[in-house]
Amino acid sequence: MSKTTTDTSAAEEQDLGAAGSQLSTAPVETAMPGSFGGNRKPGLTGWLAWTGREALGWARWMWRQLTSMRVALMLLFLLSLGAVPGSLIPQSGTDALKVSEFQAAHKTLGPIYQKLGLFHVYGSAWFGAIYVLLFVSLIGCIIPRTWQFVGQLRGRPPGAPKRLNRLPAYATWRTAAEPEQVREVALTVLKKRRFRAHIAGDAVAAEKGYLRETGNLLFHLALIVMLIAFAWGQLFKSEGDKLIVEGDGFSNTLTQYDDFKSGNLFSDDDLVPFSFNLKNFVGTYERTGPNRGTPRTFQADITYSLGAYGKAKKHTIKVNEPLEIGDSKVYLVSHGYAPVVTVRDGKGNVVFHQAVPMLPIDSNVTSQGAIKVLDGYKNAQGVAEQLGFAAVFVPTYAKSSGTMFSQYPGLDYPVLNVTGYHGDLGVNAGIPQNVYQLETKNLKQFKDSKGNILKQQLLPGETMTLPNGAGSITFDKQIKEWAGFQVVQQPGTDWALAGALTAILGLAGSLFIQRRRVWVRATTGDDGSTVVEMAGLGRSESAKLPEELGDLAALVHDRAPTKTDDEPSVPPEGAEQQ
Amino acid sequence: MNLAAATNEHLANVSNTLIYSSMAVYTLAFLAYIAEWTFGSRSKIGRTAAALTGAAAKKAAAPAVTVQNAGGTAVLERPKVVVRAASGSRDVPDGPGAHGGDEQGDLYGRIAVSLTVLAFIVELSGVLARAASVERAPWGNMYEFNITFSTVAVGVYLTLLLFKKNVRWLGLFLVTTVLLDLGIAVTVLYTASDQLVPALHSYWLYIHVSTAIICGAVFYVGAVGTLLYLFKDSYENKLASGGKPGAFATSVMERLPASANLDKFSYRVNAAVFPLWTFTIIAGSIWAESAWGRYWGWDPKETWAFITWVAYACYLHARATAGWKGRKAAYLALIAFGCWIFNYYGVNIFVGGKHSYAGV
Repeated sequence: MSKTTTDTSAAEEQDLGAAGSQLSTAPVETAMPGSFGGNRKPGLTGWLAWTGREALGWARWMWRQLTSMRVALMLLFLLSLGAVPGSLIPQSGTDALKVSEFQAAHKTLGPIYQKLGLFHVYGSAWFGAIYVLLFVSLIGCIIPRTWQFVGQLRGRPPGAPKRLNRLPAYATWRTAAEPEQVREVALTVLKKRRFRAHIAGDAVAAEKGYLRETGNLLFHLALIVMLIAFAWGQLFKSEGDKLIVEGDGFSNTLTQYDDFKSGNLFSDDDLVPFSFNLKNFVGTYERTGPNRGTPRTFQADITYSLGAYGKAKKHTIKVNEPLEIGDSKVYLVSHGYAPVVTVRDGKGNVVFHQAVPMLPIDSNVTSQGAIKVLDGYKNAQGVAEQLGFAAVFVPTYAKSSGTMFSQYPGLDYPVLNVTGYHGDLGVNAGIPQNVYQLETKNLKQFKDSKGNILKQQLLPGETMTLPNGAGSITFDKQIKEWAGFQVVQQPGTDWALAGALTAILGLAGSLFIQRRRVWVRATTGDDGSTVVEMAGLGRSESAKLPEELGDLAALVHDRAPTKTDDEPSVPPEGAEQQ
Repeated sequence: MNLAAATNEHLANVSNTLIYSSMAVYTLAFLAYIAEWTFGSRSKIGRTAAALTGAAAKKAAAPAVTVQNAGGTAVLERPKVVVRAASGSRDVPDGPGAHGGDEQGDLYGRIAVSLTVLAFIVELSGVLARAASVERAPWGNMYEFNITFSTVAVGVYLTLLLFKKNVRWLGLFLVTTVLLDLGIAVTVLYTASDQLVPALHSYWLYIHVSTAIICGAVFYVGAVGTLLYLFKDSYENKLASGGKPGAFATSVMERLPASANLDKFSYRVNAAVFPLWTFTIIAGSIWAESAWGRYWGWDPKETWAFITWVAYACYLHARATAGWKGRKAAYLALIAFGCWIFNYYGVNIFVGGKHSYAGV
């Protein structure tokens, strides 16, 4: 507080308050009473009236609370706090496997977490409650602010307070020019500087920086647009995975997917009709250096066509470059090898010949998989049986390592390790089965003549013969590659992006633009000369405000210069000289 | 190994040497800043005088203008602008800075700034050599992120100095943490230079990661301001209520800018970079949309970026709300910066997720 406190200061504060009012439309905190019913008259009508008033009063009180800055602040803080557990506890949405591991490891904590929704925080009721309340609060805040702002835009900047020298920035001088002339000059100068200005009484009132408020409202509106777009996307989205071996194809129908997830309001008809074939997959890896084996490029060359009879077009999908077809995007998400295997029965008839995709288990693409011969095979006795082979594939085998772990992800020295079973694969029961694993419950493992488990490492072109005329399995010289694709449809993405960009624009406006008022008063002084007073007021104290006022004062001063026979400036009364 | 690879390895070694050299120079700068603070604590008189001249300099903010008249040049004074502090705020003048008006202290301060400039140039060359050795932006792993981060933080500080902002008091605190940052980088996080995995092959790397680094550096400068504001504010409160702070606290606090100005400084810094942080998250979302098939998936890094964003939004709102202004808002700003730090170190080391590349 300045040293020049006088007993008139209270009145002046009020005067200044009016001048500084509505520099922003930020909500003003007002106290509200706790009960609204007043006196309760006897009888039923009295009770009804009392209850009605009370209920309405409380409802209004709650609404005021919810839309107050303080509660909005608390909700905002709660939102960030609420997001924390989701990043530390495994989430079923991103990693269901980890969730089940966690539940198995924590017998007491698991069910509690489950009850609290901590395995799907971002979809849980309490997290939803926080952000819905926050957005209701936001809407309740910005609607009245918008009206208020529209009112300010239609109105004019408020008139000058009585004592300009009490404002944060102030300048004064005496001039020979007439007061009307000075006001006209000031009006022109201010308008040229793009202030909204008008003459009110003996002073010019001007205001600038309305874009701050515009930006602020725009930013909050954009947040609402983003939330709606995100929610829309979650409700109507679909996401499916499909593994395709080179040469094979896919058409976008539900039955073709290996795995499919969708939002609550998604319907199968929403799938964009298209199909594509994987022609070739290329993966290259670092050859030398400490990061040997680190992937360098992954790309899938495909041909795709829209609709049932569309013309086929060529395209290359890379990791960061999905294929866009209508609302669908096709991403390249994984890859691996699919060695071509031929199985023959005891008579030499081919009963199985196809590329078998293997699932990578490490970064050097050591892979495992299962070769399942479901039908067409008869054993040496002529009885129909099923065959199964558990296989481990390594693209680069190293004899020196002695293990079936790949040394490099490229195809330098491919080896396929197989061991065979016969009997019932268990697929006929209709229970879904992992295609990369054998269900060995009803299977018997082949053994060699010495009674040991039959297991062999095959190089391309080599064959393992099964005992007792049961046939053979050949690792063909051809090794195909497969690519995993994810097909995603998420409507509302464009809206979310537009909202996000608008939010940045609005934010920049609301943070970088200062809203400020300038008044120029010209009155006839005691000696007959004109006293010019200029003052500026901003919403917050800013170093720029006095600078700008100085510039404006210099401009006005140029055309209404200091009276030459006078002191160059008069010490402003009341203000301290610091 | 081909010739190109050999050159690259050579450049990588050059980069390492430059980073170590910059650490040595930062250490010298650190000592010089210490000397500045030490010598500055000597003279009480010099400090009081400087405080007075400091206040006088504030008044002279409006320069005189030369007005050309038709009859000749007459020097007329431009109307003086009188600045008043808002009612209710303390009218405390800014401290004179670490040197406390002491001549020798000031000399050491200047030496410290010069050494910081030198160290900055050496470190920047180190970062550029690293970039040249891998032929890409040097932001592929935590080591590279760290060395770029401290370079940018020092760059922000030097830029503010260049624009004649009163920020020399930041020097000691900044250089201390830069040394810590580089220490962690060369010992714990060091990764030999190499190429990027395919997921990072995108021009969004340049946009998303560079803005993330700039935001971190600027948030950091803001956090230092906030922390000093809290100290200075309680010091001023103690003085105002008639208490007598300890000799060391007085010696240090007296030389810092006024708490109101420290608060304003950190608010400006944080508010200026908040839209950029918003942009960083959005740029990340756009990249995620093309690389991972969704623009928002609550990956730990994304979640913590969001938490940091909300925490800074909280701070900006709190500062404009009665009853939250000042200390409470400052605590929020520190929490927000804590979120940023956790998002960088904590998420990479303890949580993992899709932002893990090249080991960490």
